[in-house]
Amino acid sequence: MRVLELKINGDRVEVAAPDHWTLLEVLRYRLGLTGSKQGCDKGDCGACTVLVDGKPELSCLKLAALSEGAEITTIEGLLPLHLQAGGTGPDPVQDAFDRCGALQCGFCQPGMMLSARALLNECHSPSQAEIKKALSGNLCRCTGYTQIIEAVELAIAERVGAKNS
Amino acid sequence: MSARDNHGTAPPWGDEFQVIGKRHRKVDGLAKATGQAVYTDDIALPGMLHAKTLRSPHAHARILSIDTTRAEALPGVHAVITGASMPIKYGVIPWTPDENALATDRVRFIGDEVAAVAAVDEDTANAAIELIDVEYEPLYSYTDPNESLERHDPAIHEGNKHGNVSKHVELEFGDVEGALDGADVVVENDFFFHGSTHTAIEPHCAVAQWSQDTSAEGLLTVWSSTQISHYVHRALARVLELPETRIRVIQPNLGGAFGGKSDPFSLEFCVAKLSMLTGRPVKMLWTREEIFYAHRGRHPMHMHYRSGATSDGKLVGSDAKILIDGGSYSSFGLVTTYYSGQLLTGPVDIPNYRFNSTRVFTNKPPCGPKRGHGSVQPRFAFEIQLDELACALDIDPIDFRRKNWQGEHTKTVNGQRITSNGFMTCLDEAERESQWKERRGKLADGRGLGVAGSMYISGTNYPIYPNDMPQAGIQIKVDRSGLVTIFTGGNDIGQGSNSVVAYLVAEELGVEVADVRVVAADTDLCPVDLGAYSSRVTFMVGNAAIDAARKLRKQVVESVAKHWEIAEAGIRMGGGVVLDLADAERTMGVREAFQLAEADHDTLGSTGSYNTPELGGDYRGGTIGASPAYSFTAHVAEVTVDRETGRITCDEVWVAHDCGRALNPMLVAGQMEGSVYMGVAEALLEEHDVNRFGLHSGPSLLDYRIPTTLDTPKINSLIVESVDPEGPYGAKEAGEGPLHSVIPAISNAVYDAVGIRLRHLPFTPAKVLRALAELESDQTVEQS
Repeated sequence: MRVLELKINGDRVEVAAPDHWTLLEVLRYRLGLTGSKQGCDKGDCGACTVLVDGKPELSCLKLAALSEGAEITTIEGLLPLHLQAGGTGPDPVQDAFDRCGALQCGFCQPGMMLSARALLNECHSPSQAEIKKALSGNLCRCTGYTQIIEAVELAIAERVGAKNS
Repeated sequence: MSARDNHGTAPPWGDEFQVIGKRHRKVDGLAKATGQAVYTDDIALPGMLHAKTLRSPHAHARILSIDTTRAEALPGVHAVITGASMPIKYGVIPWTPDENALATDRVRFIGDEVAAVAAVDEDTANAAIELIDVEYEPLYSYTDPNESLERHDPAIHEGNKHGNVSKHVELEFGDVEGALDGADVVVENDFFFHGSTHTAIEPHCAVAQWSQDTSAEGLLTVWSSTQISHYVHRALARVLELPETRIRVIQPNLGGAFGGKSDPFSLEFCVAKLSMLTGRPVKMLWTREEIFYAHRGRHPMHMHYRSGATSDGKLVGSDAKILIDGGSYSSFGLVTTYYSGQLLTGPVDIPNYRFNSTRVFTNKPPCGPKRGHGSVQPRFAFEIQLDELACALDIDPIDFRRKNWQGEHTKTVNGQRITSNGFMTCLDEAERESQWKERRGKLADGRGLGVAGSMYISGTNYPIYPNDMPQAGIQIKVDRSGLVTIFTGGNDIGQGSNSVVAYLVAEELGVEVADVRVVAADTDLCPVDLGAYSSRVTFMVGNAAIDAARKLRKQVVESVAKHWEIAEAGIRMGGGVVLDLADAERTMGVREAFQLAEADHDTLGSTGSYNTPELGGDYRGGTIGASPAYSFTAHVAEVTVDRETGRITCDEVWVAHDCGRALNPMLVAGQMEGSVYMGVAEALLEEHDVNRFGLHSGPSLLDYRIPTTLDTPKINSLIVESVDPEGPYGAKEAGEGPLHSVIPAISNAVYDAVGIRLRHLPFTPAKVLRALAELESDQTVEQS
């Protein structure tokens, strides 16, 4: 057991956890941030994806103890961050996923949306091939990915549109 | 109004639908998008214990003894249970209760549940599992279904009347031998459909909390990732010997199911029992590996088909012999065995038809219902045979299907009533959008197009346990604030059934969708619905919702008409506003209208229900496969075959699906795309492969290859609306039908591409290379 100091969704938190616990376990079972999902616990499905210093990482493979010092963003952080940045409502990625029907069971989507958010932070208007590549580590069993890709394209189109207008 | 009355298919308020037929957000979409939606494993209760299961390392063995002393002595362990604590057998089909929550005297597959432990945390529970001493006497184990047909000693289920045969069905309609004797062309082949599994991304999980109340038994609450809370409720009562009133089952948000969460599972009984023993809440979450063994996935089927047609392209008959590998328990197997034959009799008319299906037990993970239950496998074989007949007769395979279309408002050869049937439009759409006529046969070498068609049920007349009560019930509360609350027993498993009932009720009552809340799948709060299976929810729960809402609408309109002193026909409601058609100036909000109605009629609320009409063939088993409406699908698949590597790529799929009416086209398209994706994966990537020792060859999401964004073809969803006379505003199912025929369409496209017939799934590079080599050697022989 050790006390960890983590930076999560803009908060600095101290949490005691066993040495071998993963970041996912600390998020879900210590901090109640259950938006990050466990689908396989082996790094295969991507449902546990969080952003670590802006980059998507599998929180089920990352030891919590090795996450100290980094800025961690979970799905619960997107909406508040968007509000802080002067936006209204959910993050445009979350909103586009909802408007395009990309959220069927919704279980894989926190990880999927965070991968999409990271892509959009990195690249202003990625191509469909780039979207597919960026999301290829997140398995979805409901949608066949079609509406997910539409959603990311919608979020991109609206961002490009907003910039041009 | 009785539950069987037809509500009609017309918009309730004049000429146009206000909500139905348009894109809407889902009622729970943003809760899921923001991470707020609570799934079963997200539940944490004060003092909650964590449970784990000890599983059998043997495919087939007798349990001689179990000693739990060492496990119980481990600090942090609160309870250890074995089969002795829950000896009553259960099964989802009431005629075949052959499962125990934990094995009592025998284990029947590697992974069969033997004991369970509740401890302070998962690590302690896992450590305790290792300390349970079980003495087994290994028995001969069966992994080949052919062997289970022949050999019955040892029997996998002692006392089973027919040795290792789980179910046998033999039905003939018309004169198959006579018809095939008179055919100008007959094709006869063996087919194999492999096993596949659901792999919902959410693992199975259950939480139980037993609490003392004023009753002697206390109150047991079970949260479970089930898609059929009602059957879990019944099974818990049976096994735990509690009255149903002492049990509450709640399905939280569900992370995918696809049929894989239909059976009552060991973990639900175990957490309940452990909570009752310890007086503390208990959670059990299965690992991904455990789920591959718990399975209940698609049955492997060994199929032999013989079909014939006349030279002018009329199908005269089809004859099927099917051996079904059931795995170790019955599950839904009785229904699977019937479905393997009963659901093939449309959209192509088979004038003479026979099937002989046998499901056997083997010592492998139990099979059950997966998307397109029991009918995806025979559809694969049959649609390839249709392609072969068309090619033999030099008829375009789409035209061949047109020639043999059964028509609408007709009966199938096995006595099933067909109402709406949009299959011809499906063929037209798929043909046009894929540019079939322009491109088929003209693509570069190695590329090809294939077609196939199918039908599927919109719910089933067979209610699993016989009863005369409605299949679906709804309650609606209308509040003086303007809020409408729907209580439904229907299980939203991601398909959007909560949203669908909200759209229907919003349409009927003229309110905004945002002002409709849905309380679902809680047995204490909601009327019974039989659950999310057999593609029944939109049709049945949808009809019940309209039934309930229409009664309220009548009261509200009556009160507004009285208040305005105008005729009821002069009133329109929509978008939360009530209008006087004769006076554009006069409006009121629904809030006020509801208050007028509440003053007139007292507290507002209504119930609605749906039950199926009397349907089905007049023979034993004739109601299995009988549905109030059938959906129809046509697929065109485009593939590329790499002659060098044998690898098939499915590049693009056009799926045309007759869903009756698209209540929300965005959700319908999502179901179609998800179905196609899953079917393509079964054809090319996935295999639930259990080896001769009973071990799964790759029980992980890395080895069991479900497609990523990079493996999924471009999918074109073409929605066809036949408007069914009995569906809710004409709707039928969309969640399972659009999977079926993509698999044979791929096989037929491969034939078009390189001239080989793939009849054994999955279509691996090795099989492709072998078939190409055989084709080449046949051609060499022909030339010499």
